[in-house]
Amino acid sequence: MMFIKINGVKQEIEDKFNLAELIRIKGLSCNQIVVEHNQRILAKEAWREITLNENDTLEIVSFVGGG
Amino acid sequence: MKDILKIADREINNRLFVGTGKFSSYKLMQEVLESCDIDIVTVALRRVDLESKTENILSYIPKKCTVMTNTSGARNADEAVRIARLAQASGAGNWIKIEVIKDNKYLLPDNFETLKAVEILAKEGFIVLPYISPDISMAKRMIEAGACAVMPLGSPIGSNRGLKTKELVRIMIEEIDAPVIVDAGLGRPSDACECMELGCAAVLINTAIAVAKNPVQLAQAFNKGVESGRLAFLSGVPAIVGHARASSPLTGFLRQ
Repeated sequence: MMFIKINGVKQEIEDKFNLAELIRIKGLSCNQIVVEHNQRILAKEAWREITLNENDTLEIVSFVGGG
Repeated sequence: MKDILKIADREINNRLFVGTGKFSSYKLMQEVLESCDIDIVTVALRRVDLESKTENILSYIPKKCTVMTNTSGARNADEAVRIARLAQASGAGNWIKIEVIKDNKYLLPDNFETLKAVEILAKEGFIVLPYISPDISMAKRMIEAGACAVMPLGSPIGSNRGLKTKELVRIMIEEIDAPVIVDAGLGRPSDACECMELGCAAVLINTAIAVAKNPVQLAQAFNKGVESGRLAFLSGVPAIVGHARASSPLTGFLRQ
């Protein structure tokens, strides 16, 4: 197991976890979100190619109402 | 009469821009946008709540609308740039309302950091509309740096206090060769009308509509206020004078 940070919160996941898989099990809708991995914005097509490592940081954002 | 506002390549028919925050539901927001035939809407970008399912706001925004992402939450230029790039990566387009705020009490924008963000984002091809305190020198610099319009505040965000910055906005309209759009603080349709009469290119309303008892109806009233003010501006409103000028003929009195 290893720790990564998702949206500022430390979480424990299995070693060498795939990002696309993580998004799937979190129940997130692909069309709705943007993912930043270690401060780098990823295209959706790139999720599949990312293997997460210990201490990685993910920011997962989506649109909300705002002025 | 065809009266189109053009920003970048977008032809805008409706000069009432609407912010999508604070509505009690996305469905209600959608009704407002549809019933008023809104062209430009703002949204914000936030961390996803991993514990609860949320709906996609974009699916409630009519296809004809241009979505402008607000960089709200940014405390400096770098954060605003980061939000803009995330918004673009999401496929929501490249229209950005640059909002950089450090002051939590009055939510007044930091013009200096905003200018830095304008410089970076305009170079990257974003359509940037900075939300600013109405400072004429800064507004000019922002236009020189590539902003497509400037959005001075009328009064603090969500305050419904109206156009308290009128004299500064008036100068801005006179001196800047780009659309001036009053954003923030407008609480009543008469406030929107006042801005448009003055010569603003558009107004952006969020709180007043979203928290009204009947948002759809109030949005329609704002729409009329905007149309009325715009029509008045185009008609050439006569100047105020300090003394009376009779409206009836000054001849043919009975006493003569």
